Amino acid sequence: MKTEQACSGNDTEINSIVMSEDVRKESGRSGAFVVSAGKRKIQKFARTVGESTLLLIASFVAIVVFFIFYFVAVDAIPYFQLRGFAEFFTSTDWYPADDPGKFGALAIIYGSLMVTLGSTLLAVPMGVSAAICLSDILPFSVRQYAKPVIEMLAAIPSVAFGFFALVIFAPLLQTQGGPILMWAWWVLAAPFLLLAIIVISDLLTANMEDQNKRQMMSTTLLVVFGAAALGFLYWVGSVLRQIEIMSGTNALNVSIILSFMALPTIVSVSEDALQAVGRELREGSYALGSTRAETIVRTVLPAASSGILAAVILGIMRALGETMVVWMASGNSSHIPEPWFNYLEAVRTLTATIAGDMGEADQVTGSERYHVLFAMGLFLLVISFFSNLVSERIVVRQRKILSGQ
Amino acid sequence: MNLFRKIAFSAAVLGFMAAGTADAASKIVMDGSTTVGPIAKSFASYFTKTTGVQVTVSESGSGNGAKSLINKTCDIANLSREMKDKEIAAAKSKGVNPVEHIVALDGLAVVVHPSNRVQKLSKAQIRDIYTGKVTNWNQVGGPSAPIVKIQRESNSGTQDSFVSLVMGKDNPVSKRAETQASNGAVKNRVASTPGAIGFIGLGFVDDSVKPLKVDGVEPDERTVRNGTYPISRPLFMYTNGQPTGVVKQFIDLKNTAEGKRMISELGFVNR
Repeated sequence: MKTEQACSGNDTEINSIVMSEDVRKESGRSGAFVVSAGKRKIQKFARTVGESTLLLIASFVAIVVFFIFYFVAVDAIPYFQLRGFAEFFTSTDWYPADDPGKFGALAIIYGSLMVTLGSTLLAVPMGVSAAICLSDILPFSVRQYAKPVIEMLAAIPSVAFGFFALVIFAPLLQTQGGPILMWAWWVLAAPFLLLAIIVISDLLTANMEDQNKRQMMSTTLLVVFGAAALGFLYWVGSVLRQIEIMSGTNALNVSIILSFMALPTIVSVSEDALQAVGRELREGSYALGSTRAETIVRTVLPAASSGILAAVILGIMRALGETMVVWMASGNSSHIPEPWFNYLEAVRTLTATIAGDMGEADQVTGSERYHVLFAMGLFLLVISFFSNLVSERIVVRQRKILSGQ
Repeated sequence: MNLFRKIAFSAAVLGFMAAGTADAASKIVMDGSTTVGPIAKSFASYFTKTTGVQVTVSESGSGNGAKSLINKTCDIANLSREMKDKEIAAAKSKGVNPVEHIVALDGLAVVVHPSNRVQKLSKAQIRDIYTGKVTNWNQVGGPSAPIVKIQRESNSGTQDSFVSLVMGKDNPVSKRAETQASNGAVKNRVASTPGAIGFIGLGFVDDSVKPLKVDGVEPDERTVRNGTYPISRPLFMYTNGQPTGVVKQFIDLKNTAEGKRMISELGFVNR
């Protein structure tokens, strides 16, 4: 036995020597990295162990997701068995402490959607513009410092954001609400209107033959539209200035703070997507005579659109799932604002309700009251699950379109 | 040698733990209201310091406190309301005889922004404000400004008392009322919002907000004690049967000078 083993060992050793010589011939380097059979066995074993450990960890993460779904659903389903679906989704009466309690969550669901929509409307244009600026406009040396600073925004704990929203921003909205709204309107709307005017007057005059006439026409159009837009800006601004905000803890406050919290995710992920577009496409576009603006708008943005969309969805999820800020600063009144788009009224969100009502909602005293919170949790989970699925589909389709299939 | 030492050490730890469980008789478990919680906790630390008896205090709400007493998982149940007939019946059926002890009195101050010129409201006016019938300060003798109503979370004992003492069963609080999570948060919002109205425990009132006279009575220690201030309530501790031994000693703390000092320091009113 021993001799046989030794023999086979020798054999392989000879083999490896032969191999190493082959390798040496081919690469011209030393064959030191070629190992003996025994060592190779150990390497193989180590590889199996390593791979299975990684697989175990990866599947553990997936199992955690599954278990969260399972345990939330197990406690959520009894609520629907007890009270049915109609009240939860159609009533706005949220009086969980009454006897018998009322569990209409419509206003709360609406509040969640309203706050998420508001923060998305603010964060997406800002975030994508910032990402474009970082990836295509700023020089490399500046970007290296600017991006970490923006990402630092994600490191601020949400309770710090909430404290700021409640103690500083809410009173500020109450005392300076009108002017703040007016300035925000100018800052946000003016660039967009300017862009729109330029594009519209360009498009309207595109068909003219005579160069001189066209120049004249487009300038006149620019002036006319510009004056109209300025008037519009001023009019809306002065209307906004008159608004007096009675309570600073409202949907607007929360939307603004949440948009800041979603920004680092959106900027960072969409900047990565824009970077991933690569030099070749950009240089190809320049070679065809495009300006930098045309390159960004017509080439880079469409090519990166799937990544930007993923960034936007991540940002939306961040806003939808945020609890501390909305609990502290949204005012928590469970009613649908009047009119429905009034961002200056207090709202209540699903996350804040779960956090706020958890204390006394034990399973013994008020079983419905306990399970309704899980029903809300399940609803949130399902929403984020589906939006993730949808975004995944869009990304895949976008990739197919771009690769020309 | 090292191993031997380790074994000896763990044996000693186990021995201590065993001693701890064997000594369960001289340990008090409390459960219940978050409003009574501060009193229970400062009593507990004082009691442990002076007598060496371990006291654990859980704050899971009045309803849970009652449940714990019924299930015999606690020695003292803290309630910010009287035990309900249903709970007493459930206790009797399990052979538990709840005995109530009033620890302290608590008044709810209705507070507004200091710049608000309203000085007093009747209970009915407060109810109308919170149901949403009255929406502007000029309807109750103030300036023309919308009223921002601020209430507490539904699991708060303060909210419970406010609803039962002011609103009554058939007048739900308006859905438009903002909700804050603690006495401090309500005070903060009222202090920074000119049109706001809120209610907080008497102990939380300071210069940043203005307490209103309710039905013409100023909320302070005297009016709460003699019962003329309309929005006040007793705070209870319940025991299973008349308390004996260390539990009796603990309950009797409320009558000692030190206990009274702690109660008034926390902003509650001695009986």
